[in-house]
Amino acid sequence: MSQTLATILVQAPGLLTTVQDLGREGFGPMGVSPSGAADAIALRVGNRLVGNAEGAAGLEMTLLGGTFVFPEGGVLALTGSDFGATLDDAPAPLWASCEVKPGQTLRLRSTRSGARCYLCVQGGIEVKSFLGSASTHLLSGLGGYEGRALRKGDVLRIGPSSEAFWKRAVAAKALERLSPRKILRVTPGPQSDWFPEAVQKLFYANTYRVAEESNRMGLRLEGAAITEGAHGKMISEGVSLGAVQIAAGGLPIILFVEQQTTGGYAKIANVISADLSSLGQLRPRDEIRFERVEFETARALLIEQEKLLASEELILQ
Amino acid sequence: MKTSAGASARFERSSDQSFLIYFEPQGKNNRAPDQVGTSAGRPLQSQITLQANENVRRLLRLLEVEPIVGVRNLHPAYCSLLVKFDALRWQHGELEEKLREYLERLQEVKLPDAREAEIPVCYGGEYGPDLDEVAALHGMTPERVIELHTSTSYLVYFFGFVPGFAYLGELPAALVTPRLATPRKKVPAGSVGIAGSQTGVYPFATPGGWRLLGRTPMAMFRTDRDGLSLLSIGDRVRFVPISRERFAALERERS
Repeated sequence: MSQTLATILVQAPGLLTTVQDLGREGFGPMGVSPSGAADAIALRVGNRLVGNAEGAAGLEMTLLGGTFVFPEGGVLALTGSDFGATLDDAPAPLWASCEVKPGQTLRLRSTRSGARCYLCVQGGIEVKSFLGSASTHLLSGLGGYEGRALRKGDVLRIGPSSEAFWKRAVAAKALERLSPRKILRVTPGPQSDWFPEAVQKLFYANTYRVAEESNRMGLRLEGAAITEGAHGKMISEGVSLGAVQIAAGGLPIILFVEQQTTGGYAKIANVISADLSSLGQLRPRDEIRFERVEFETARALLIEQEKLLASEELILQ
Repeated sequence: MKTSAGASARFERSSDQSFLIYFEPQGKNNRAPDQVGTSAGRPLQSQITLQANENVRRLLRLLEVEPIVGVRNLHPAYCSLLVKFDALRWQHGELEEKLREYLERLQEVKLPDAREAEIPVCYGGEYGPDLDEVAALHGMTPERVIELHTSTSYLVYFFGFVPGFAYLGELPAALVTPRLATPRKKVPAGSVGIAGSQTGVYPFATPGGWRLLGRTPMAMFRTDRDGLSLLSIGDRVRFVPISRERFAALERERS
């Protein structure tokens, strides 16, 4: 049982650790993008493992994890990428729940796989809600824990929970099916027909490298430039999550969770919903490719993914 | 007889969970306030843009008053509205049909009366680092730039980019200026800039490529205020020049 006043002490914040839930949808008319977990699947599953609602707030760590002390103990689950976590001196499991005794320290290190690791605690992280969500929006300093990434010395409150501790783990087979992809499936973007056939062929044949300056707003890609079809700026219009826009210079930018809500670059493609979580695990210098699919296929893949996430076989207990 | 706005609207699939609805043909040669080239005074398509934007605001209003279950977000812009939906609930075809019913009713939508808002701006100096260059580009004095910028009221076309960033237009033709070749890494919050024939205020410190004329002490977006944003879509905005002393006084009042 979690106490009502359980906390987490941030002993070391890691490179970029923020409070995230599934984001605030519906405020586009104010210019507010949803934000939320970069790898939403990892957060959803992590919450399931500790008995929370799927959209409870957890911690999103980036490339290098933090060190957290649990003075009152608690129940936690780590999901996403392997950050070499230990609980005191013992290895902490990934994609499984575990019990933390009062005073124990959870220490995470550098990633051994993808970009992000999630820490979910039973009861969720409690922060003041902004527009109905706990998610941090870094650029505008809104939401989350004081609108910013965590710092050493921060004290996070854990929400109340009446759940007992159950040892739960994600089934290996399900995990394999949910593993992040490097070949991103896309549907054509709203300006895809601005790009000549040959240019599109090149776009789908190219291997792109994720640039260092990528962040939660967007993933910048390096590789062969698209020289034809983008025609510089067009009339600004609403842009969707996962839009692949061809910026000045011909290099693609994939708009991500903290995206700007409108933009003026031509979009050649859009990452399908089922592959959006994969974007959250891409690290700088990772190599990716795009694969074009039909809208019907994109929908079928999303339905299949949701079916797996809702299935009894996802979690073993 | 007026043709219905719905008949001319064009739907484009922007992702597997969104649509773009255009109220005018989007083409490579269309120009809007944000993409005016280098030569000032080129004829603008402002009339088309105004009409289209009014339709955007009507559809937005209708969807806010009578929300469609499973429509998750709306991104208005100059001539288009992006509609994001729950792909498990809707397919493009079915939702387009539903939205076309809404489009048929646009003329009956009553838009809220436009409010008049005034934004005090301290021009030039450290607050408006591009004022002198803009003046030089147009062969006028900085005073004339300020006079022109404050001479007219601007429409809030939509909010975009970041929370509370209002796209305002249109600038007097003599003030139409291309954006900076290289955007600044950090533009201070409150900065008032121009780009093409649009103008706007940066609500937060963000990167930005607009040319900065001045700064306002007003908070454009605040979480401790009803409505959050100082402005609403469809408002008319006028900039009012203030002294450095007044700027400081207003800033103190705010905190």
